Amino acid sequence: MNVNQFKYTIASIIKYVSLILAAFIALLPIVVILFASLKTNAEYANSSPLAPPANWLNFANYAKAFVDGNMLVGFKNTIIILIISIVGATLTGSMIAYVLDRFKFKGKKIMVAAFLLATLIPSVTTQVATFQIINALDLFNTRWAAIVMYLGTDIIAVYIFLQFLGSISSALDESAMLDGASYFTIYWRIILPLLKPAIVTVIIVKGVNIYNDFYTPFLYMPKTDLQVISTALFKFKGPFGSQWEVISAGIMIAIIPTMIIFLLLQKYIYNGFAQGSVK
Amino acid sequence: MKYWRISSWSYSAQRIFIICAFSIIPLALLFTFAYLPVINMFKYSFTDWNGYSKRFDYVGFDNYTRIFSDPEYFKVFIVSLYYFVATFVQMGLALYFATILSFKIRGKNFFKGILFFPYLLNGVAIGFIFLFFFKPDGTLDTLMQAVGLGQYTQLWLGNPNIINVSLAGASVWRYMGFNFIIFLGAISSIPKDVYEASDIDGANRWQQFRHIILPSITRILQLNLILAISGAISAFDIPYIMTDGSNGSMTFVIQTVHLAFKYGKLGLASAMAVVLLLIVILVTLVQRVSMKGEE
Repeated sequence: MNVNQFKYTIASIIKYVSLILAAFIALLPIVVILFASLKTNAEYANSSPLAPPANWLNFANYAKAFVDGNMLVGFKNTIIILIISIVGATLTGSMIAYVLDRFKFKGKKIMVAAFLLATLIPSVTTQVATFQIINALDLFNTRWAAIVMYLGTDIIAVYIFLQFLGSISSALDESAMLDGASYFTIYWRIILPLLKPAIVTVIIVKGVNIYNDFYTPFLYMPKTDLQVISTALFKFKGPFGSQWEVISAGIMIAIIPTMIIFLLLQKYIYNGFAQGSVK
Repeated sequence: MKYWRISSWSYSAQRIFIICAFSIIPLALLFTFAYLPVINMFKYSFTDWNGYSKRFDYVGFDNYTRIFSDPEYFKVFIVSLYYFVATFVQMGLALYFATILSFKIRGKNFFKGILFFPYLLNGVAIGFIFLFFFKPDGTLDTLMQAVGLGQYTQLWLGNPNIINVSLAGASVWRYMGFNFIIFLGAISSIPKDVYEASDIDGANRWQQFRHIILPSITRILQLNLILAISGAISAFDIPYIMTDGSNGSMTFVIQTVHLAFKYGKLGLASAMAVVLLLIVILVTLVQRVSMKGEE
């Protein structure tokens, strides 16, 4: 074995050891929660967090978390908000992107700049003043509070559509115009279907953001009937105090949908975030 | 009736109609929820408004002088430094793993998935996961005892000297995967023949990293760094959910939220938000300008 081979082997070992260590660190915090969620109260109190549960099919904590923690309401509200926000963002985003990409008109530059500049404003900083606006519009404690916020402050959809539209040739629009198609028909029949890959990206990026957002629903929809997954889970902090086996089940209930979606749509998710981030 | 069909209009009439119809809702939303709050926030920052009473007085720059003169308010900047340093750790790890996973390696997709997955998780779930991780006799303590480091266990969230390190660590765990996947995407878009050519020239892996990979992802690296710096200053989710700013873990945004919605000091909170906004805009502009200079 010469020096080069030796160096290569050492490098290989370091590479795999570091990867396995990283995978361990990424998974361990979640795996111990899975363990705890399947333990009985007495078992949890008397066993190490690293010890697997005695009965892998003990779902009692899940039932308790789901029912007492009102998680069904959380899922219902999350899904309603998710669907309306994503459909809304897809329509408004693609409409404005169509206008900004395909037409020349006075004030267009200012409009593009207004959308660009808005990405610089971290929405978390402006909440102090947004609250008054939501209140004035009578949206406080309604689902619309979250929906309009997701539509108005998250400009990412406009970006993704603008980028993608730039790569669709306007020769398509022109030939449709020769056939007498209206601009609306061109948007609805030609542009929107061609935007499909961009729409997938928007669904993924916005979907993850909305499902995981805590701040907006916490601030604007404190009513129990309106709680989403994040706020429903946050409420576990009080009543379940130190009942970690129930809290753990609640955590698992919140992350299982993410896990399933991730396993099914891995490829789209990687691409979605890679595209969505390049501004 | 025919008049009501848009397709029967002339294209110039259609043009005006479609520009107006398609812009009005997005523009109204953008103005109401992105710009109006900023304008109002500037206005509130010069008042003593409590957020709900009918009247308030203008107090000039009082709120701003208070932020920078009262240690209780500006010590939150020090907490940001922990998240700022953590950002560099996060970038370094992301770059390291993106690089080694871009070469031929066993179990590539498996590791890629696991490293990215934490980023997709719900923020509240992550907060709880790390409360469990750091609590006395929790995951970390048990693990340390198991490997014989039992005497070094700490009150990870109870000791004000360590709490921000713990919280920043949780933040690295959460966000590293995002940078990783972006870097991996950028590295894999480098054409394969560039590596092959350098292999023929006898370049080793380090030289390939230094002279091929690093130069071609500089832009993405900068962009991610800026995003991460803004993220460090506006750290909120994890410390709010886990500690609510107690034991010296108060961050800028938690402070702002408390002042505005708990203590009814909306004027002061607005001034803090304005300061934060200006910092973030400044950092971003510096980066945009420096990037333009390089092109």
